[in-house]
Amino acid sequence: MKQKVIIIGSGPAGLTAAIYAARANLEPLVFEGIQPGGQLTITTDVENYPGFPDGILGPELMDNFRKQAQRFGAETHFKNVDKLDLKNKPFVVHVGDERYESDTIIIATGASAKLLGLDSESKLMGYGVSACATCDGFFFKDKEILVVGGGDSAMEEANYLTRFASKVTLVHRRDSFRASKIMQNRVLKNPKIEVMWNSVILDMYGEPDRGGLTGVKIQNTLNKESFKMDCDGVFIAVGHNPNSDLFSNQLDLNEKGYILTKEDTSHTSIEGVFAAGDIHDVKYKQAVTAAGSGCKAALDAEHYLENL
Amino acid sequence: MSTLAIEFTEANFNSEVESSEVPVVVDFWAEWCGPCKLLSPTIDAIAEKYKGKVKVGKVNVEQNPSIVQKYGVRNIPNILVFNNGNIENQIIGNVPESDISSILDKLI
Repeated sequence: MKQKVIIIGSGPAGLTAAIYAARANLEPLVFEGIQPGGQLTITTDVENYPGFPDGILGPELMDNFRKQAQRFGAETHFKNVDKLDLKNKPFVVHVGDERYESDTIIIATGASAKLLGLDSESKLMGYGVSACATCDGFFFKDKEILVVGGGDSAMEEANYLTRFASKVTLVHRRDSFRASKIMQNRVLKNPKIEVMWNSVILDMYGEPDRGGLTGVKIQNTLNKESFKMDCDGVFIAVGHNPNSDLFSNQLDLNEKGYILTKEDTSHTSIEGVFAAGDIHDVKYKQAVTAAGSGCKAALDAEHYLENL
Repeated sequence: MSTLAIEFTEANFNSEVESSEVPVVVDFWAEWCGPCKLLSPTIDAIAEKYKGKVKVGKVNVEQNPSIVQKYGVRNIPNILVFNNGNIENQIIGNVPESDISSILDKLI
């Protein structure tokens, strides 16, 4: 059976698109991907999503998005799209052995945490190196750990980790943070957090089968001096890469892999394919802007289907 | 907690896992771990698919610190696949069912 709308991704963008498409009777099918609910499912309190004056837990917020979409008939699946064929219409979506056809596709695949790119880092991932503070903070009770980064995620992780760790050192490559002022202030006032400015991690020490991470090599970017520092854990929060592997050679992307959309719309370089959320947002990357763009994509898809 | 997956604890870990005659999938999880909850239906599906051939269960990391310590678990979700008492494979993070199946298919 041919679908009217298939939505790929289930963060604020994908699920808002699902709410709007479902309310337009387009019976959207949502493939939630490997991180159902998206990036907010690995955060704790979301304090800047309007409508929740006391904040709300990220996973809970995303459960609500999903329920709201389902209430209007969106069909959501905890499945990952393996292949996408946008050359011919209807478009074809492959999910394992299953094959789906659709008149429109809304791409809301979001972004994934970026890593530093060191060999030692990938070797020690899961053995002291982590990209999810809320998952793994528990294992670092009374330990000394590092957080790398200077944005809101890094601030949030550093603060959160002081619940467990005896000391958190925030390693940042520049001499100021790009994080919001409120988050910066929490970090700078937290007695358990020490900030190491103008510093980068050059290497990590330890073996997975011998207790994991033992320390890192840090370089001061100003005087280029490097030194070894002992630590039990490193949490990486240095930004995100767009998840564009599925369609990288089919849609026009910018040099960093974000989908290019036509000004003020969600239209991509292929008619009938729309983009929403972090996958096309090079600038704002907020839950609320993602939700807004998910709404735009669903309305654009609805309009396109009317004129088909 | 699912009905299909067994609950492994400090009390039964040796008999159920380390001395098991069949391969065992052990999923380390916690109540506050979002990705662990998302992995849960996948673990159930694996338990159903390999019923009788592979034992599938979960360890709550908060309640079983000595198992966490013994196997050096520092990230969850974290899946250890045991065969004849040895760790055959380790998967970190929320992964699709096929990643786990491909390991198990080689063992049975």
